[in-house]
Amino acid sequence: MKSASKDQAAARSTMNPSRAQTIFYSSAALIALVGLAEATYLTVMFLSGETAVCGGSADCALVLGSAYAVVPLVKIPVASLGALAYFSAFSFATFAAFGYSSAQRFFAWTVIAMFCMTLWLLFVQAFRLHAFCKYCLFSAALVFLLSGLVVARPVTETQNN
Amino acid sequence: MKRYLPFIIVILVALLVLGGGTFLYRSKLSTNAGPKVLKPEAEPSGTLVHALGPANAPVTLEEFGDFQCPPCGKLSEPINQLQKQYNLRVIYRQFPLAVHKNAKDAAYAAEAAGRQGRFWQMHDLLFREQAVWSQSTDARALFSAYAGMLQLDLNRFKQDMDSGEVQQQVEVDQHRGAAIGVKNTPTIFLNNEAIPTDQLNPSLLPGVVEAALKKSKPSS
Repeated sequence: MKSASKDQAAARSTMNPSRAQTIFYSSAALIALVGLAEATYLTVMFLSGETAVCGGSADCALVLGSAYAVVPLVKIPVASLGALAYFSAFSFATFAAFGYSSAQRFFAWTVIAMFCMTLWLLFVQAFRLHAFCKYCLFSAALVFLLSGLVVARPVTETQNN
Repeated sequence: MKRYLPFIIVILVALLVLGGGTFLYRSKLSTNAGPKVLKPEAEPSGTLVHALGPANAPVTLEEFGDFQCPPCGKLSEPINQLQKQYNLRVIYRQFPLAVHKNAKDAAYAAEAAGRQGRFWQMHDLLFREQAVWSQSTDARALFSAYAGMLQLDLNRFKQDMDSGEVQQQVEVDQHRGAAIGVKNTPTIFLNNEAIPTDQLNPSLLPGVVEAALKKSKPSS
């Protein structure tokens, strides 16, 4: 009986996020959605072999056509991993916006992983390839924005109506 | 209902991304498909054809390439290996893309080397060193260095790079490509049939060549 009431309380708190949390995670979901669109586009570009006309920039073609643009062994484009990461971030942020408290933690860990991967990709562009792809820089900006949101995220508060 | 709303949103977005991505991929493939069949054309007089392998080889691989295009670079060595393995006839046509800042000079360098009988050596060197000279602000200096490595007459090489004949040779190749619908690089024809873009990778190309070889053999 006690356990059942606990579950009910948990369910109630889960479904009643504060207004600040809703706005915060909705914004994060929108940012992740933009990143998802870009990463999907880059994946399609890679799969269709259209690196030559990537935004009219030779740097972009050099980066996206390099060995670093492919995940070793599995030979899938790094952009597809980005799409998967953005989709995860979007999903967790959406669930968090609706008050699923565990999704907040998953969202934070996903963004931390994306932040680390972004640092590696920026290092590769700066010191290994000596070329910067503007799509990758835009994606890095989105990840930094998400990281900033994770750092500044509101503490878990629920409105128990 | 509110409890299930995030599931519905996430599933909808997943479907939209998959559908949109598939649509974009298909439209890119159809745009990049280029010409299906290459009609043989007479070579304009005075222009050179860079070819490896016997003229009567059962399979001729004709590539419209750009030395600064990374996918062309990736295919360069596999094509060389296929040429040796199957004794193919390989023809290289210049198709430097405007988006690549050093591609035209690289094409001139290859043509200038060709004037001294070293086209294919320069071709291989340019693809091998692509990542280096592509980013250079003075690619011509690097091309001269490569000419030195190939033991070319440097003065003649530099003169040829700037000569009207070499530049015309590149233009002739480009016009030939444009006339038959080449838009991107690499565009490769096997016995005058364009290889689909999705098969232009080192792992699939040998199978495509083997299929062309089987097709070219008279049925017994």
